[in-house]
Amino acid sequence: MPPAPRQPEDHRDRPALLEARGLALSRNDEPIFGPLDFALHPGEVVLVEGDNGAGKTTLLRVLSGLLAPTSGEIRLAGEPLTLARLSPQVALLSHANGLKPELTAIENLRFAAGLLGLRSGLSPTTALAGVGLAGYDDVPTRTLSAGQKKRVALARVLLAPVGLWLLDEPYANLDRDGIQLVNRLLENHANRGGAALITSHGAYAYTSGTPRRIALRGGNPGGGGPAGGSGFSRDAAVPEIRDGFAAEAAPADRSNSGGEA
Amino acid sequence: MKPGSTLAACAALVRRDLTLVWRRRGDAANPILFALIVVALFPLALGPEPEQLRRIAAGVVFVAILLAGLLALDTLFRSDYEDGSLEQLVLSPHPLSLLLACKIAVHWLTTALPLIVVSPLLGELLHLAAPLRGLLPLALLLATPLLSLLGAVCVALTVGMHRSGMLLALLVLPLYVPVLIFGAGACNAAQAGLPFAAPLLWLGAALVLVLVLAPLACAAALRISLS
Repeated sequence: MPPAPRQPEDHRDRPALLEARGLALSRNDEPIFGPLDFALHPGEVVLVEGDNGAGKTTLLRVLSGLLAPTSGEIRLAGEPLTLARLSPQVALLSHANGLKPELTAIENLRFAAGLLGLRSGLSPTTALAGVGLAGYDDVPTRTLSAGQKKRVALARVLLAPVGLWLLDEPYANLDRDGIQLVNRLLENHANRGGAALITSHGAYAYTSGTPRRIALRGGNPGGGGPAGGSGFSRDAAVPEIRDGFAAEAAPADRSNSGGEA
Repeated sequence: MKPGSTLAACAALVRRDLTLVWRRRGDAANPILFALIVVALFPLALGPEPEQLRRIAAGVVFVAILLAGLLALDTLFRSDYEDGSLEQLVLSPHPLSLLLACKIAVHWLTTALPLIVVSPLLGELLHLAAPLRGLLPLALLLATPLLSLLGAVCVALTVGMHRSGMLLALLVLPLYVPVLIFGAGACNAAQAGLPFAAPLLWLGAALVLVLVLAPLACAAALRISLS
């Protein structure tokens, strides 16, 4: 590591880690997102913003190679994306956090390290301490809270020896400290020359630095989803539901944003 | 910053899956219980005449073990799919087919091998003929890996669907039938005093072929299911 001070701009002259050109996806002839053009350079954190159902999760799945785009192309360090070329370079944090509830936090991380490799200078124990879960090594993941599980999943991303992070709603379920933690991890990662693409539905945001933003505005301009074209007056129906189920409405809304793939 | 070796990844996967089976060992006993119940019901339904039971013993044990395997098949990828581990597996830098081969091997080891171990007991419940006591486990040893590998491809295709149980059975059964015919056929031939090597050799040949092709097909099917 050179001792020279590293500014995010230092990495700009290097080729883009990830580049999307005219990237679009539609399902059953309904556009989900796109066409999008953007590039992700080393040292950059890009925030994908959009409402629930705007296609943020789907975009991340396309960029991670799990889902093929309908049109457009993705380039990885200048080369067209294939799963074989992508996988040593990307770490994905998705809504399903990929942790086994029966295993302890450290067992989950050891498995991830075996599968994806280990970032030099880190071990599963230090990574766990790095996300504020020191001492939770032997606690079964099943008994952790949603926020703590998210932290373990972040530790897994931190451990993987990759340059590109694709984080889907990394702030969800986290407390104030956790949000700071994610920002700190992202900042360190960017300073190392890595890059990250994170999604957020807008409730929390990446605060440090000035991340670039990509706004996703949902596929259908009407924004009505499958029921949008029907003759029901939505304004009349919504308050009625809210009155009846005020208590349940909020958590249901949150879980909606979770399952938007 | 370089990924670990493929061997280390396979070892980590095998260790994790074995640990998971151990932590859920109550579920792991289900296939054995199922096979035991099915086999124990036959003498009750048909009557206890040893001659009658001996004639159908090998076939019944084969069918019971096949169905028990079918019962356990859905667990192969289900939990990994639901908690997102499968995505991580697909995104790992190692050949997916190799990782899946490890998963299938662990699955066979923990679901089918215990069934083979109890197969002499199952046979004894049905007065299995003495010359078949050695042959039945041998035939199962060749047939069950085939069932696991063929089943894994079908599970990979259906893992993204809700309530895929019936569809899975429909997909799997046509592939299982030849295995059943050759496996049980070898036992029946031996019981009738006929040469029985040919069906066993066919099973062995099919096993070699499927051992090579099924993990590749399974990887392709999983990629489709996840997209």
